[in-house]
Amino acid sequence: MHEKSSIWIGFALAVFLTALPFAAVAGQWLAREATLWLIALAAIVQIAVHLHFFLGIGFHRKHRERAISLLFASVLLIIMVGGTIWVISNLYLRMT
Amino acid sequence: MIAASEHVRAQVGTDTELGFWLYLMSDAVLFGLIFATFAVMSTNFADGPSGADLFDMKNLAYQTALLLTSSLTIALAHRAAMDTHTVQAVLWLGITCLLGGGFLLLELHELSGFVERDAGPGRSGYLSAFFTLVGTHGLHVTAGLIWGVTLIVQLMIKGTEKRVLSRLNRLSLFWHFLDIVWICVFSLVYLPELM
Repeated sequence: MHEKSSIWIGFALAVFLTALPFAAVAGQWLAREATLWLIALAAIVQIAVHLHFFLGIGFHRKHRERAISLLFASVLLIIMVGGTIWVISNLYLRMT
Repeated sequence: MIAASEHVRAQVGTDTELGFWLYLMSDAVLFGLIFATFAVMSTNFADGPSGADLFDMKNLAYQTALLLTSSLTIALAHRAAMDTHTVQAVLWLGITCLLGGGFLLLELHELSGFVERDAGPGRSGYLSAFFTLVGTHGLHVTAGLIWGVTLIVQLMIKGTEKRVLSRLNRLSLFWHFLDIVWICVFSLVYLPELM
């Protein structure tokens, strides 16, 4: 399924995207807020890298069912996780 | 062999892969909800220690490096098995299991250290959520290790037979999925506390 070159490219990208937030936190390069954004961004890109290079998600036809079920799971996750945090933080604000 | 063997054999491949993928998606929902619980509990310290008092950057970096490298080695094991290089596949899979085992040891060491410092799961809402999240991930890694060792034995006995390949393919999906969960763990749970 995976060519050797794509495994190594995926790994190199993943190492870079892991080292970047770790270095930013350890070296305190940026303000707190900016570092949090950097961590979030690096995580999202790295998840995409893993999905594409290791799990075979892409725009090609071969794993279309995978991509569709991933999309469906993402919708569920956004509703459930987003909804939970929204409702509970709202309740929390009302109680304080 | 059981009677359904031929039928099963015909399904091995795309059907079993899609079924396993759907399981992974439901597992993603499970982890998502544990993350949501953690987010809700993230400030409920009950005057106990917070992550900033407990977490150790070095330990986290080692754990992350082990897991990340293991996702490379399992991809190489899968590739080698696809090319019917059984010995190479066994070696890469063995390295993967060692790296995963190292990750688990570091995690157990860290968590037992917390319990010793009176920061166990019963200490606060924050720590309950933390232990649930990290513990669930650790249990998944343990299951992956058992699976990996089983496959090493099967590869040595049966070689790169179609069914063994299909199992290795699914293990590699599972393992990469666990790595993605770990990305979320260190980005959401650890790094913000270590700043």
